[in-house]
Amino acid sequence: MARTMAEKVWEEHVVRRAEGEPDLLYIDLHLVHEVTSPQAFEGLRLAGRSVRRPDLTVATEDHNVPTENVFGPIADKVSRTQIETLRKNASEFGVRLFPMGDIDQGIVHVVGPQMGLTQPGMTIVCGDSHTSTHGAFGALAFGIGTSQVEHVLATQTLPMAPFKTMAVTVEGQLRPGVTAKDIILAVIAEIGTGGGQGYVIEYRGEAIRSLSMEARMTVCNMSIEAGARAGMIAPDATTFDYIKGRPHAPQGADWDAAVAHWEDLRTDEDAGFDHEVVLRAEDISPFVTWGTNPGQGVALDAAVPAPADFDDPSARASAEKALAYMDLEPGTPMRDIAVDTVFLGSCTNGRIEDLRAAAEVIRGRKVADGVRMMVVPGSMRVKEQANAEGLGEVFTAAGAEWREAGCSMCLGMNPDQLKPGERSASTSNRNFEGRQGKGGRTHLVSPLVAAATAVRGTLSSPADL
Amino acid sequence: MEKFTVHTGRGAPLRASNVDTDQIIPAVYLKRVSRTGFEDGLFSAWRASDPDFVLNKEEFAGADVLIAGPDFGTGSSREHAVWALQDYGFKAVLSPRFADIFRGNSLKGGLLTVVLPQEVIERLWEMVEADPATDITVDLVEREVRAPGLAHPFELDDYTRWRLMEGLDDIALTLRETDDISAFEERRAPWLPVTQ
Repeated sequence: MARTMAEKVWEEHVVRRAEGEPDLLYIDLHLVHEVTSPQAFEGLRLAGRSVRRPDLTVATEDHNVPTENVFGPIADKVSRTQIETLRKNASEFGVRLFPMGDIDQGIVHVVGPQMGLTQPGMTIVCGDSHTSTHGAFGALAFGIGTSQVEHVLATQTLPMAPFKTMAVTVEGQLRPGVTAKDIILAVIAEIGTGGGQGYVIEYRGEAIRSLSMEARMTVCNMSIEAGARAGMIAPDATTFDYIKGRPHAPQGADWDAAVAHWEDLRTDEDAGFDHEVVLRAEDISPFVTWGTNPGQGVALDAAVPAPADFDDPSARASAEKALAYMDLEPGTPMRDIAVDTVFLGSCTNGRIEDLRAAAEVIRGRKVADGVRMMVVPGSMRVKEQANAEGLGEVFTAAGAEWREAGCSMCLGMNPDQLKPGERSASTSNRNFEGRQGKGGRTHLVSPLVAAATAVRGTLSSPADL
Repeated sequence: MEKFTVHTGRGAPLRASNVDTDQIIPAVYLKRVSRTGFEDGLFSAWRASDPDFVLNKEEFAGADVLIAGPDFGTGSSREHAVWALQDYGFKAVLSPRFADIFRGNSLKGGLLTVVLPQEVIERLWEMVEADPATDITVDLVEREVRAPGLAHPFELDDYTRWRLMEGLDDIALTLRETDDISAFEERRAPWLPVTQ
């Protein structure tokens, strides 16, 4: 029977199947960080259980870590305790950990791919919803809760009920200045924050195939913002070229066998999806959010919508509440919205290509008066690479802050936060109320829009400079 | 895990859609390493800033069935959202649609999340707003939600229902299948990466 890629990967990982029970799926890679793991390790300890496969588990410090002075102790005592707890747990249970200051430390979803641990056809989980990022390689990767983290630590498996499948096809070619971030924001605005609920999305079409691996990760990363558990893109030459030679990539005869297998993972020609959505790449332009969920977005060329524009009563009520929180007047051109802070970073847009794109815009220019721009690389390796290319200097010369790796202002668990009432243009993934700091207001944007906004002080694209 | 069979309690009407887990419990509360005591973080921003927020209203004090709008629990995978609801005293959440990860977390932890049509949710909102003392019964045995003049069935797969009714620990169930797991491991491709 013809099958989709998601179905193939699923089938290959069924350990046990019984009538009336969820499938028991084997997990190839378990990524761990400090926030969603302490209670899981404590659960193991209380039950006298061990980690079944420490060799399929890896941990990093990312959510809490400061992005300045990373070689000293963390000032925030509660954060420090959480980091120390992870170190203690990793050591006690034999899990490899990349601590703050380590060259391999970084955001969990940046670290996996850059080490070559993320490969096509794998099942990958992490106690973090943006695990969907790894689907860019044709892996089935999804976020889990702490109970499931404990379950995977103890058994290397998860009981899972099957997903439905959705194809999101982006036909044609993107216009210049339009990026992967704009694609995914447009997709979310199209299908809504609940549109992907119960589905694994496969992104297809010419525009998707033309994307680099890093851009594909940006698209898959925000699948969760459309409500989907996972997003996937078929592995191809772009994927194989990216993986080849990385520290954990297969080598020699293993490489050839792996590639042969990976090529078979693609969705069969005559396979059907439970739901299909088609977008034209030419119709997508730089996209920004105006509200407090990632589905509340419009083209940068558009204006802030009015609640009356929404037919659905719950969408209307939600728009009304969002506009009040965001302190925006309907009809205001998006380009007139002034920001206090620009945040470039996160597992969505904190990779080298994102930094290159932003640096290209900002090179030789200055961050506008009264605007603070913070550039936080997704990992220490990304920082090293950026410095080698002179990008760090471009940012600092423009007046931006060039920080160390971590999740930073994406969720404001460390000191990098907005103050009440402050407004940001952020390359991260969530514009929820208070996400970047209590009372903070977030507009989600691409790295290109972030950089142009930093220069002009109002939401802008490079074409406006 | 506590067993769940039939629960009768009072309802708290949360008239909002897209309630994300950052609202249910902000990230600052996630720095803790304990498993209990998250009730102070539940909806903390709304509780602190909005006197009209449902949990600030005296008439809904002690309510333990949360009646929410669609797309409840979107966003971050933090299971702390489930813990905060449970620590605050909630036994069940009713909504037209839940985010997948939140739903999974809740059913692992014994917080019953029940999907009901929007019109049933609206009737329940009106009912408890008119009389906050209205009894609402969430019956997992019969898979039915009942309130005066209302009885509506809900779907939940047999396996999850059985596990909740028995209060069973998923890990212990899986560990019974260790032989199958070991056999599977023998078959894994040799090129698959290891972290050490």
